[in-house]
Amino acid sequence: MRMPLSAAIGLFFTALYFGAAIFAGWIAPYGMAEIVGDSWEPWSMAHPLGTDTIGRDLLSRMIWGGQTTIFVAAAATILSFSLGSILGFLAAVKGGWIDQFLSRTVDLMMSIPSLIAALVVLSVMPVTMPVLIVVMGLLDATRVFRLSRAVAVDITVMDYVEAARLRGEKQVWIIFREILPNALSPLVAEMGLRFIFAVLFISTLSFLGLGVQPPLADWGGIVKENKEGIVYGIPAALIPAFAIATLAISVNLVADWVLNRTTSLKGGRG
Amino acid sequence: MSDMLLEVKNLKIEATAYPPGEAPRDITIVEGVSFKLEKGRVLGLIGESGAGKSTIGLSAMAYGRGGVRLTGGEVLVNGRDVLQAGPAGLRALRGREVTYVAQSAAAAFNPAKRLMEQVIETTLHHGLASKAEAEARAVTLFARLGLPNPETIGRRYPHQVSGGQLQRVMTAMALCPKPDLVIFDEPTTALDVTTQIEVLAAIKEAIADTGVAALYITHDLAVVAQVADDIMVLRGGKMVEYGTTDTIINRPAEPYTQALVSVRSIDHNEKSGGAPVLSVKGITARYRGTNFDVLSNVTVDLPEAQTLAVVGESGSGKSTLARVITGLLPPSAGTITFVGRDLAADFEARGKEDLRELQMIYQMADVAMNPRQTVGTIIGRPLEFYFGLKGAEKRHRIQELLDEIEMGEGFIDRYPAELSGGQKQRVCIARALAAKPKLIICDEVTSALDPLVADGILKLLLNLQKIEKVAYLFITHDLATVRAIADSIAVMYRGKVVRYGPKSQVLAPPFDDYTDLLLSSVPEMELGWLERTIANRKMEAAGN
Repeated sequence: MRMPLSAAIGLFFTALYFGAAIFAGWIAPYGMAEIVGDSWEPWSMAHPLGTDTIGRDLLSRMIWGGQTTIFVAAAATILSFSLGSILGFLAAVKGGWIDQFLSRTVDLMMSIPSLIAALVVLSVMPVTMPVLIVVMGLLDATRVFRLSRAVAVDITVMDYVEAARLRGEKQVWIIFREILPNALSPLVAEMGLRFIFAVLFISTLSFLGLGVQPPLADWGGIVKENKEGIVYGIPAALIPAFAIATLAISVNLVADWVLNRTTSLKGGRG
Repeated sequence: MSDMLLEVKNLKIEATAYPPGEAPRDITIVEGVSFKLEKGRVLGLIGESGAGKSTIGLSAMAYGRGGVRLTGGEVLVNGRDVLQAGPAGLRALRGREVTYVAQSAAAAFNPAKRLMEQVIETTLHHGLASKAEAEARAVTLFARLGLPNPETIGRRYPHQVSGGQLQRVMTAMALCPKPDLVIFDEPTTALDVTTQIEVLAAIKEAIADTGVAALYITHDLAVVAQVADDIMVLRGGKMVEYGTTDTIINRPAEPYTQALVSVRSIDHNEKSGGAPVLSVKGITARYRGTNFDVLSNVTVDLPEAQTLAVVGESGSGKSTLARVITGLLPPSAGTITFVGRDLAADFEARGKEDLRELQMIYQMADVAMNPRQTVGTIIGRPLEFYFGLKGAEKRHRIQELLDEIEMGEGFIDRYPAELSGGQKQRVCIARALAAKPKLIICDEVTSALDPLVADGILKLLLNLQKIEKVAYLFITHDLATVRAIADSIAVMYRGKVVRYGPKSQVLAPPFDDYTDLLLSSVPEMELGWLERTIANRKMEAAGN
């Protein structure tokens, strides 16, 4: 199957951002916290995106910041998906009080707005990278739990799951071999979205000062540091916003394409 | 020309297929079909699924379902070519000159509106009558179709009437605008035999009374023989044979028609005696949270390598019996003995051997197989799970099983979606056989299949029984299947076994009332069967 144009574009930009994040140490022209010029220098050959509020090279900050943002968002997404989908499937397969307990706990967690919950937890905990990832992962896992339980409930009543149970299969086989492959399509679609929400969430937290702590850079933090510049017509704060937007779109273009390829039930999927 | 209502000439219907990994291409669904229908006549369109019978039926309304295009030929309704009619012309045609009765009445009604509102909707929309007139006509039709309380039934919602009644209400809906032509698309297929006969009689009477012409689409030749004047046999979108009902039923010319007429002619010698592999004693069961016994005091025995058919209409508890035996629904009283061992009530408490020796085949092969697993994985899993087979040894055994179900090479890496309906059911049989069971529960395994395909499956099951010495508990509502395959029969009605014994005894008089009703409701491939049966019933009712 030929790759559609939208997928190619999405894949190109996703690869660009992830590549830049992974190889930040080699690509970034300057150090993360290195002061190389005056504050808010305009774009030039030496500083393609200019400098920031205290004279650090903005391109380097963007690349280092992308590394932090993408790493935290990806780790949180992986955590939320592993936890949310396994618990969701378990609730659907087991039913009864296990389902009730898990679902009501999730309802309880979801009744608190996630940003407020995160702010409360982060204001009492030391704000380190692992804490950030765990907090974000746990909060997002509630959404994944809801989705995977809803999808799995429909699958557990299918005759082939009943056949597997009557064969004497263990829960692990039923969850991973009978249910997961059939629940994958909505989960992949959700994963693209969730990753972007995680990017937005960590950026929001950093903007509010409770996320990634200076001198570490991240996209939300860069917006925060440079927001005064907007008043003087300096675009430094808009660049990370642009990066977030393009990353969001391109990741979802890729997710759509993966979805198209995996929803076919006939042979030839890859 | 005045009497010619519908004339189809050289009809061609196409659709676009989107095979994965290939460029889309056009496929021809129907080609070169021509027929004529005069006023007041009924033409039966018959064929297996995929024969194009519904597609042809809908072409009389110039309607192509989901991407289907009517690309050639002419469809003349009252002398006008409807394929050339514009949107306004079609609006005038549909629901006025031509109306449609769908297969699944339950899915065709809007559950949020009262029946009357839906029955008279088209009539009002076309401005054919005032609301009061339309309602009066609907009530007359309800009465003519034998619906209870014709005056008030229109006030009910679709879920408040039974499936058979709903189908009759839909027939009333189609007849209400006084159309020239009604298309019946498998109107009785989803109904029990005992209900089917009533609906069939009602439809036939209504057609005769109103003088409407009809296209009657079905896969059941015995049904169409009762209502149609002419029959057209279709296969793969092409006409096989076209003639009067008498000719098609009694003197079919084409081999395919002959096969359809003589379907279910399986020879099976009844076996009896032998040690029971399964004994069900005094089973009473109810679903959790209800206080109604779905099964009460059911006792049956099934000897080794024999077939016990459990017969009854929907709601008789026959599938519940299967759930109790498999342990999905623990009974509230009674015991189950399987190969000399007492079976635990709940399947989770049963040992691996018990699970292995008791296998199940489902009605819908589509949902009984994981769509994400290949045929090899589906059949291979029990081999691996119960016998620890791996690698080449496993693959060899899978191929053996595929040969046994007459599928041969080249299927092992396919996905279920790449199989036909009959092939899917065969794979399910192979999966059950892979466990080397002593008993297979077959829950309506042929009801979703075309008659010829179902025939093949039944023959296969009988063959396998001889080779593998496996016993079948065969759940079905189809008495023809029972005649073909059973050694003993249990007739169930409202959760009780009303008649039980060897096949020859159960199917021989004297009958109890319910068995008599059930047996006499099965359409026979014979002209005038419907009238005779209805007349007999009326006489009996009068005699009582």
